[in-house]
Amino acid sequence: MPAPPLSLLWVVPALPLLGFVVNSTLALTRPTAKGAVSIVGVGTLVLAFAAAAIAVAQLARFHAAAPLVFRYWEWIPAGDLQVAFALQFDPLAAVMILVVTGVGALIHVFSVGYMHEDPGYARYFAYLNLFVFFMLILVLGASFPVMFVGWEGVGLCSYLLIGFWFNEQINADAGKKAFIVNRIGDFGFLVAMFLIFTRFGSLDFETVFAKAPAALIPGGAAVTAITLFLFLGCTGKSAQIPLYTWLPDAMQGPTPVSALIHAATMVTAGVYLVARCGVLFALSPLGSAVVAGIGALTALFAATIALKQWDIKRVLAYSTVSQLGYMFVGVGTGAYAAGMFHLVTHAFFKALLFLGSGSVIHAIHQAYHATHTHEDAQDMRNMGGLARYMPWTAALMWIATLAIAGIPPFAGFFSKDEILGAAFAEAAVRPLWYAFWGMGLAAALLTAFYMTRLMLYTFHGPNRTGEREREHLHEAPPVMTGPLVVLGVLTVLGGALNVPELFGGTAFLERWLEPVTSLAHRLQPAVEVANAREWALVAGAVLVAALGIVGAFRFLKPEALVPARLAPPETGLARLLWKKWYVDELYDAIIVRPVMWLSREVLWKIVDARIVDGLLVNGTAAASRAVGWLGSRLQTGEVGVYVVLFVIGVWAVLRAAVR
Amino acid sequence: MLLGPSLAVSAVLFALGVAGVLLRRNAIVIFMCVELMLNAVNLTFVALAQQLGVAGQIFVFFVMAVAAAEAGVGLAIMLAIYRHRHTVNLQNINLLKG
Amino acid sequence: MDGTLIIFWAFAGLAVVSALSCITRRSPVASALWLVVTLFSLAALFVLLDAQFIAVLQVLVYAGAIMVLFLFVIMLLNLGRPGPTDLKGPAGLGVGVLLAGLLLVQLLGLRQAAPPPGLALVPGAVARAAAEQGMVPAVARPLFGAYLVPFEITSILLLAAIVGAVVLAKRKL
Repeated sequence: MPAPPLSLLWVVPALPLLGFVVNSTLALTRPTAKGAVSIVGVGTLVLAFAAAAIAVAQLARFHAAAPLVFRYWEWIPAGDLQVAFALQFDPLAAVMILVVTGVGALIHVFSVGYMHEDPGYARYFAYLNLFVFFMLILVLGASFPVMFVGWEGVGLCSYLLIGFWFNEQINADAGKKAFIVNRIGDFGFLVAMFLIFTRFGSLDFETVFAKAPAALIPGGAAVTAITLFLFLGCTGKSAQIPLYTWLPDAMQGPTPVSALIHAATMVTAGVYLVARCGVLFALSPLGSAVVAGIGALTALFAATIALKQWDIKRVLAYSTVSQLGYMFVGVGTGAYAAGMFHLVTHAFFKALLFLGSGSVIHAIHQAYHATHTHEDAQDMRNMGGLARYMPWTAALMWIATLAIAGIPPFAGFFSKDEILGAAFAEAAVRPLWYAFWGMGLAAALLTAFYMTRLMLYTFHGPNRTGEREREHLHEAPPVMTGPLVVLGVLTVLGGALNVPELFGGTAFLERWLEPVTSLAHRLQPAVEVANAREWALVAGAVLVAALGIVGAFRFLKPEALVPARLAPPETGLARLLWKKWYVDELYDAIIVRPVMWLSREVLWKIVDARIVDGLLVNGTAAASRAVGWLGSRLQTGEVGVYVVLFVIGVWAVLRAAVR
Repeated sequence: MLLGPSLAVSAVLFALGVAGVLLRRNAIVIFMCVELMLNAVNLTFVALAQQLGVAGQIFVFFVMAVAAAEAGVGLAIMLAIYRHRHTVNLQNINLLKG
Repeated sequence: MDGTLIIFWAFAGLAVVSALSCITRRSPVASALWLVVTLFSLAALFVLLDAQFIAVLQVLVYAGAIMVLFLFVIMLLNLGRPGPTDLKGPAGLGVGVLLAGLLLVQLLGLRQAAPPPGLALVPGAVARAAAEQGMVPAVARPLFGAYLVPFEITSILLLAAIVGAVVLAKRKL
């Protein structure tokens, strides 16, 4: 069979879009047709993955040095601004579409089991398909505006899915919070787009990145401004300091959503953006330092918060924020391949962790449902010893935990180590990076610790769920454990994607991404490190990870825990960590309240009611009425008035004529 | 020699006529003020005729003829109006008022 | 010279005073009679301005026919008695006086205006013509000569006016 041309790339995003259309129609007309919805929802994703795989295989044969751009139609022909709806295919986009469609397909399969009892089943799959569509547009877009369409679209779907069970106020609020915080980031993205347009006269990736080295002064104000505003967008979408607060709240959504959107794909959009705009970040030392610095700080900060969270999904959420920080350290240091590598491996093990926790929550939930109790099914204090009842889930989650901690030979080890190594290497040129490397190392220690804590409290020690509930605890059905197994395999083997030369590997991903990263690497060359030093770094990282795990086993006592409703409140430092360093409260006080006050007292009562309504709208009507009244005085029907007007006219004519 | 003062007097009479038209409500009195205006104009013509030739006087001739015709028709109209509305007060003759 | 001027100003003053009285009387009859006085003084002025024929016409036609017609109609409609003042209220009064004043100023300003080119001032032209041909022929010759057509048209105009007046004033058509 002859290979289809790559210009059919549009099929890849079109399939989930088709799924959305069909599923939303079903959701509106026949919401109980769960079989059809499942087939369409999962089927389109599987087909999309197949199409993506074929496309990537084709690309591999091409060996294209420049990205392939397929223009489909003129979207915005507005004088100087010419934006086409165009998709771009290059090695970077290839990696992303495989991750999105692959992990996405697995999560869709998992959702069939997880959401089976939910009345909004069809709506769920419609939204999920729509999300995949927008994510694909985001990563395949050939210009900033097209990417922004995807960027906004995934934000929308995130809102729709976080607030999926919108009948609960807390869920709706979480959705709103996600959307609004993201918006702040989007403002940064937009400003960056405006700056880019004024500089380059074009918004296409090809044009901008080709012209960038000539058009921008390295380290100059323009490129620094652009990169900083772009990164503001990234902090919003990828939940870094200061715009990360929405991600933990986003856990209100269904767990597969948390897995797909808030672990594997949407939140990685920021990392993708920095990698895509590598040329710009390479031209701005300050910009890349900010990226790496914020990434490192966030990695450490979020890890500290995760130490004291009791909700299993919250731990994973903060873990995601922390791991995203690592990715930003990677791409901020110029180690784009390392950052993307961690993105891919993180997608595997974080999705596995979330889906696993989903299985756990599902089981606990069913147990509570059977005994008609209303405890929190996500609180780890209500779990414990579940390895006995859910061996598969437990084993697979242990694999993921070892991976995220950075224990060889699992995937996370290679990717995290590469990032830390790149940071350490860069520090030889820019000493500031020592701080970033140090923070990353500390965060690695904490990561190992809190993940082990999660495993201990959930799967080991005595069970705290309750006497009667215990009978109902069982392993998840195969439709849910199947994807877990696949992800487990990927987590184990994923490291092979980019084994560095140090270990005798081929650094496949590094070489695969060369066409995309070469220009950036020319502008900001990577620093080489001696082999001996590299081995020392690797050893150090593994040692730190091991310390974390051992420390957790040593210091944590699952036996001392009590069920959530009986647990005493936290005090001191523990309380500070549990309360997330009171950041949400701080934001509320210094931003939310003043804005609400401003909106209500000034913008509504004064500007809207008095100025717009009173002066402009009613005032215009009143002025019109007044003019009309004046006009009516001219047409009274009384001869006397007419005579007066007549005489005025005569006088005026005389005056004019005699001039 | 008399031209200047004549024109001044004419102007004053014309203004008085206009004032009368603007200030009075009785239609017939207003009409009389119009006649006053016409006479002021006649004075102007005659004064200028003294310097410029007899055409001015001939013009006055025609003005008088037209004034006569106009007076006749106008007063007939006022008679007709009075028959219908029993008033010649301009403020009451306001069928055009909407 | 002086005498002419004195007589001129005397009659001019009379004309203005009687015009003023005309426009301010309460009784329409009184207004009409004052208007007659004005017309007479204007006739005197016409004589002083070498327009003797016109002066006579003024008395005969204007004062003698037109004003009589006015008085006939006033009497016919029984409006003779002095009624309540029909001057307009203060607002109307203000506007009227103001506009009349403005117009007066404008008109007086016209005296300063330059005459149109090609119109030469030839003092005493009419007096000389009258001296040569006699008073009436001085006016009659151009009237039946150069201005014959307007003359004839005026007669048609008068015919139309007669017909119109008769039709309008009939009780039943």
